[in-house]
Amino acid sequence: MELLIFYPLAGFCVVLALGVVFNNSPVGSALSLIGMMLGLAGIFVLQQAHFIAILQVIIYAGAIMVLFMFVIMLLNLKKGDDMGWVARDKNLLLSVLTGVLAIGILYKISDILFSAKIDTPATLPDSFGTVANIGETLFTDFVLPFEVASILLLAAMVGAVVLAKNKLD
Amino acid sequence: MLEETVPLSHYLMLSATLFVIGIVGVLIRRNVIVVFMSIEIMLNAVNISLISFDHYMNLSSGQIFSFMVMCVAAAEVSVGLAIIIALHRNKPTVNLDEFNLLKW
Repeated sequence: MELLIFYPLAGFCVVLALGVVFNNSPVGSALSLIGMMLGLAGIFVLQQAHFIAILQVIIYAGAIMVLFMFVIMLLNLKKGDDMGWVARDKNLLLSVLTGVLAIGILYKISDILFSAKIDTPATLPDSFGTVANIGETLFTDFVLPFEVASILLLAAMVGAVVLAKNKLD
Repeated sequence: MLEETVPLSHYLMLSATLFVIGIVGVLIRRNVIVVFMSIEIMLNAVNISLISFDHYMNLSSGQIFSFMVMCVAAAEVSVGLAIIIALHRNKPTVNLDEFNLLKW
Protein backbone atom coordinates (compact mmCIF):
# COMPACT_ATOMS: atom_id res chain seq x y z
CA MET A 1 0.00 0.00 0.00
CA GLU A 2 2.78 2.37 0.93
CA LEU A 3 4.53 1.51 -2.33
CA LEU A 4 1.46 2.63 -4.27
CA ILE A 5 1.83 6.06 -2.66
CA PHE A 6 5.62 6.10 -2.83
CA TYR A 7 6.12 5.51 -6.55
CA PRO A 8 3.89 8.32 -7.86
CA LEU A 9 5.33 10.73 -5.28
CA ALA A 10 8.92 9.79 -6.13
CA GLY A 11 8.25 10.04 -9.85
CA PHE A 12 6.62 13.43 -9.33
CA CYS A 13 9.69 14.66 -7.41
CA VAL A 14 12.17 13.40 -10.00
CA VAL A 15 10.21 14.88 -12.92
CA LEU A 16 9.96 18.26 -11.20
CA ALA A 17 13.67 18.20 -10.29
CA LEU A 18 14.45 17.62 -13.97
CA GLY A 19 12.08 20.50 -14.68
CA VAL A 20 14.17 22.76 -12.44
CA VAL A 21 17.35 21.94 -14.34
CA PHE A 22 16.01 21.95 -17.89
CA ASN A 23 13.53 24.80 -17.77
CA ASN A 24 14.10 27.82 -19.98
CA SER A 25 12.76 30.47 -17.64
CA PRO A 26 13.93 30.96 -14.04
CA VAL A 27 10.34 31.46 -12.87
CA GLY A 28 9.42 28.04 -14.27
CA SER A 29 12.40 26.54 -12.48
CA ALA A 30 11.34 28.12 -9.20
CA LEU A 31 7.77 26.86 -9.55
CA SER A 32 9.03 23.33 -10.30
CA LEU A 33 11.24 23.54 -7.22
CA ILE A 34 8.24 24.48 -5.06
CA GLY A 35 6.39 21.44 -6.42
CA MET A 36 9.38 19.22 -5.69
CA MET A 37 9.61 20.46 -2.10
CA LEU A 38 5.91 19.71 -1.56
CA GLY A 39 6.38 16.22 -3.03
CA LEU A 40 9.29 15.63 -0.67
CA ALA A 41 7.12 16.75 2.23
CA GLY A 42 4.72 14.00 1.17
CA ILE A 43 7.57 11.48 1.21
CA PHE A 44 8.56 12.60 4.71
CA VAL A 45 4.98 12.04 5.86
CA LEU A 46 5.19 8.55 4.35
CA GLN A 47 8.26 7.98 6.52
CA GLN A 48 6.29 9.20 9.55
CA ALA A 49 8.60 12.18 10.09
CA HIS A 50 5.67 14.57 10.49
CA PHE A 51 7.56 17.38 12.14
CA ILE A 52 10.18 17.49 9.38
CA ALA A 53 7.43 17.38 6.76
CA ILE A 54 5.77 20.45 8.28
CA LEU A 55 9.13 22.22 8.46
CA GLN A 56 9.76 21.33 4.83
CA VAL A 57 6.51 23.00 3.79
CA ILE A 58 6.99 26.07 5.98
CA ILE A 59 10.72 26.71 5.56
CA TYR A 60 11.54 25.39 2.09
CA ALA A 61 8.33 25.69 0.09
CA GLY A 62 7.32 28.81 2.00
CA ALA A 63 10.17 31.02 3.13
CA ILE A 64 13.10 30.02 0.93
CA MET A 65 11.12 29.84 -2.31
CA VAL A 66 9.47 33.20 -1.63
CA LEU A 67 12.97 34.62 -1.32
CA PHE A 68 13.94 33.03 -4.64
CA MET A 69 10.86 34.36 -6.43
CA PHE A 70 11.45 37.77 -4.91
CA VAL A 71 15.02 37.93 -6.23
CA ILE A 72 13.98 36.62 -9.66
CA MET A 73 11.38 39.38 -9.90
CA LEU A 74 13.84 41.95 -8.58
CA LEU A 75 16.52 41.09 -11.14
CA ASN A 76 13.88 41.01 -13.89
CA LEU A 77 15.25 37.81 -15.47
CA LYS A 78 14.05 37.17 -18.99
CA LYS A 79 13.25 33.81 -20.49
CA GLY A 80 16.16 31.95 -22.07
CA ASP A 81 18.88 34.08 -20.51
CA ASP A 82 21.52 31.41 -20.41
CA MET A 83 20.57 28.53 -22.64
CA GLY A 84 23.92 29.02 -24.41
CA TRP A 85 25.25 26.15 -22.36
CA VAL A 86 24.53 23.84 -25.27
CA ALA A 87 27.21 25.43 -27.43
CA ARG A 88 29.51 26.57 -24.67
CA ASP A 89 33.32 26.43 -24.69
CA LYS A 90 34.75 23.50 -22.76
CA ASN A 91 31.32 21.89 -22.84
CA LEU A 92 32.96 18.58 -23.71
CA LEU A 93 34.83 18.50 -20.41
CA LEU A 94 31.65 19.24 -18.47
CA SER A 95 29.69 16.60 -20.39
CA VAL A 96 32.33 13.96 -19.70
CA LEU A 97 32.45 14.94 -16.02
CA THR A 98 28.67 14.79 -15.74
CA GLY A 99 28.57 11.44 -17.48
CA VAL A 100 31.22 9.96 -15.19
CA LEU A 101 29.39 11.23 -12.10
CA ALA A 102 26.04 9.93 -13.28
CA ILE A 103 27.41 6.50 -14.20
CA GLY A 104 29.32 6.20 -10.92
CA ILE A 105 26.33 7.06 -8.81
CA LEU A 106 23.99 4.83 -10.82
CA TYR A 107 26.45 1.98 -10.32
CA LYS A 108 26.37 2.65 -6.59
CA ILE A 109 22.56 2.69 -6.68
CA SER A 110 22.41 -0.72 -8.34
CA ASP A 111 24.92 -1.94 -5.75
CA ILE A 112 22.59 -0.82 -2.97
CA LEU A 113 19.55 -2.22 -4.72
CA PHE A 114 20.85 -5.73 -5.35
CA SER A 115 22.74 -6.34 -2.14
CA ALA A 116 20.24 -4.86 0.28
CA LYS A 117 20.07 -6.71 3.56
CA ILE A 118 18.88 -3.63 5.42
CA ASP A 119 15.34 -3.55 4.15
CA THR A 120 13.59 -4.76 7.28
CA PRO A 121 12.62 -1.70 9.29
CA ALA A 122 12.71 -1.44 13.06
CA THR A 123 9.34 -1.48 14.77
CA LEU A 124 8.44 2.13 15.28
CA PRO A 125 6.77 3.46 18.41
CA ASP A 126 3.75 5.72 17.98
CA SER A 127 5.77 8.73 19.10
CA PHE A 128 8.22 8.49 16.18
CA GLY A 129 8.66 11.82 14.41
CA THR A 130 6.25 13.76 16.56
CA VAL A 131 7.05 17.25 17.82
CA ALA A 132 7.35 15.95 21.39
CA ASN A 133 9.87 13.29 20.45
CA ILE A 134 12.01 15.54 18.25
CA GLY A 135 11.85 18.37 20.76
CA GLU A 136 13.02 16.15 23.57
CA THR A 137 16.06 15.03 21.59
CA LEU A 138 16.73 18.54 20.37
CA PHE A 139 16.72 20.10 23.81
CA THR A 140 18.63 17.35 25.64
CA ASP A 141 21.27 15.77 23.39
CA PHE A 142 21.55 18.53 20.81
CA VAL A 143 21.22 21.70 22.84
CA LEU A 144 24.62 23.10 21.86
CA PRO A 145 24.14 22.62 18.08
CA PHE A 146 20.72 24.24 18.47
CA GLU A 147 22.24 27.35 20.06
CA VAL A 148 25.00 27.46 17.46
CA ALA A 149 22.33 27.29 14.74
CA SER A 150 20.64 30.34 16.24
CA ILE A 151 23.94 32.26 16.14
CA LEU A 152 24.44 31.13 12.54
CA LEU A 153 21.01 32.46 11.57
CA LEU A 154 21.72 35.77 13.33
CA ALA A 155 25.04 36.07 11.47
CA ALA A 156 23.31 35.25 8.16
CA MET A 157 20.67 37.91 8.83
CA VAL A 158 23.27 40.59 9.57
CA GLY A 159 25.36 39.44 6.60
CA ALA A 160 22.42 39.62 4.19
CA VAL A 161 21.58 43.16 5.32
CA VAL A 162 25.19 44.32 4.99
CA LEU A 163 25.71 42.68 1.59
CA ALA A 164 22.51 43.88 0.00
CA LYS A 165 22.84 47.45 1.29
CA ASN A 166 23.37 50.02 -1.39
CA LYS A 167 26.50 51.80 -0.18
CA LEU A 168 28.81 50.78 2.63
CA ASP A 169 29.59 53.85 4.68
CA MET B 1 1.26 -8.90 -3.85
CA LEU B 2 2.84 -5.65 -2.79
CA GLU B 3 5.02 -5.39 0.27
CA GLU B 4 3.74 -3.62 3.33
CA THR B 5 6.37 -0.90 3.57
CA VAL B 6 8.75 0.79 1.18
CA PRO B 7 12.24 -0.79 1.30
CA LEU B 8 15.10 1.41 2.46
CA SER B 9 16.88 0.94 -0.87
CA HIS B 10 14.06 2.71 -2.70
CA TYR B 11 14.44 5.80 -0.56
CA LEU B 12 18.21 5.72 -1.06
CA MET B 13 17.70 5.43 -4.82
CA LEU B 14 15.38 8.41 -4.85
CA SER B 15 17.92 10.36 -2.81
CA ALA B 16 20.81 9.47 -5.13
CA THR B 17 18.76 10.30 -8.22
CA LEU B 18 17.83 13.73 -6.92
CA PHE B 19 21.45 14.34 -5.91
CA VAL B 20 22.67 13.50 -9.44
CA ILE B 21 20.05 15.82 -10.93
CA GLY B 22 21.31 18.60 -8.66
CA ILE B 23 24.94 17.99 -9.69
CA VAL B 24 23.97 18.03 -13.36
CA GLY B 25 22.16 21.31 -12.82
CA VAL B 26 25.20 22.88 -11.16
CA LEU B 27 27.46 21.67 -13.94
CA ILE B 28 25.47 22.53 -17.06
CA ARG B 29 23.46 25.63 -16.19
CA ARG B 30 25.08 29.06 -16.19
CA ASN B 31 22.27 31.08 -14.64
CA VAL B 32 23.25 31.94 -11.05
CA ILE B 33 19.73 31.50 -9.73
CA VAL B 34 19.24 28.09 -11.35
CA VAL B 35 22.63 26.89 -10.05
CA PHE B 36 21.51 27.98 -6.61
CA MET B 37 18.25 26.05 -6.94
CA SER B 38 20.20 22.95 -7.97
CA ILE B 39 22.17 23.23 -4.72
CA GLU B 40 18.84 23.27 -2.88
CA ILE B 41 17.86 20.05 -4.69
CA MET B 42 21.07 18.41 -3.44
CA LEU B 43 20.42 19.51 0.16
CA ASN B 44 16.92 18.03 -0.05
CA ALA B 45 18.27 14.76 -1.44
CA VAL B 46 20.53 14.42 1.58
CA ASN B 47 17.57 15.07 3.87
CA ILE B 48 15.73 12.09 2.37
CA SER B 49 18.67 9.80 3.18
CA LEU B 50 18.94 11.07 6.75
CA ILE B 51 15.26 10.61 7.45
CA SER B 52 15.01 7.20 5.82
CA PHE B 53 17.88 5.85 7.93
CA ASP B 54 16.14 7.35 10.93
CA HIS B 55 12.92 5.64 9.98
CA TYR B 56 14.57 2.27 9.56
CA MET B 57 16.62 2.34 12.74
CA ASN B 58 14.12 4.10 14.97
CA LEU B 59 16.38 7.02 15.90
CA SER B 60 15.68 10.72 16.09
CA SER B 61 19.15 12.14 15.54
CA GLY B 62 18.75 12.00 11.77
CA GLN B 63 15.71 14.24 12.00
CA ILE B 64 17.70 16.70 14.12
CA PHE B 65 20.40 16.61 11.45
CA SER B 66 17.93 17.40 8.69
CA PHE B 67 16.58 20.21 10.87
CA MET B 68 20.13 21.61 11.04
CA VAL B 69 20.48 21.18 7.26
CA MET B 70 17.35 23.30 6.85
CA CYS B 71 18.83 25.99 9.15
CA VAL B 72 22.05 26.08 7.14
CA ALA B 73 20.08 26.14 3.88
CA ALA B 74 18.05 29.12 5.07
CA ALA B 75 21.21 31.00 6.10
CA GLU B 76 22.93 30.09 2.84
CA VAL B 77 20.01 31.22 0.71
CA SER B 78 19.68 34.59 2.43
CA VAL B 79 23.39 35.38 2.18
CA GLY B 80 23.74 33.91 -1.31
CA LEU B 81 20.85 35.89 -2.74
CA ALA B 82 22.26 39.05 -1.14
CA ILE B 83 25.57 38.32 -2.87
CA ILE B 84 23.73 37.80 -6.18
CA ILE B 85 22.00 41.15 -5.78
CA ALA B 86 25.32 42.87 -4.99
CA LEU B 87 26.94 41.21 -8.02
CA HIS B 88 24.07 42.19 -10.25
CA ARG B 89 24.45 45.77 -9.10
CA ASN B 90 28.10 45.80 -10.17
CA LYS B 91 27.61 43.94 -13.44
CA PRO B 92 24.06 43.56 -14.77
CA THR B 93 24.15 39.91 -15.77
CA VAL B 94 23.35 36.55 -14.18
CA ASN B 95 25.63 34.48 -16.40
CA LEU B 96 28.26 32.80 -14.25
CA ASP B 97 30.80 32.70 -17.10
CA GLU B 98 31.03 36.48 -17.10
CA PHE B 99 32.16 36.65 -13.49
CA ASN B 100 35.82 35.77 -14.02
CA LEU B 101 37.63 38.41 -11.99
CA LEU B 102 39.12 35.86 -9.60
CA LYS B 103 40.10 33.36 -12.29
CA TRP B 104 43.79 32.86 -12.90
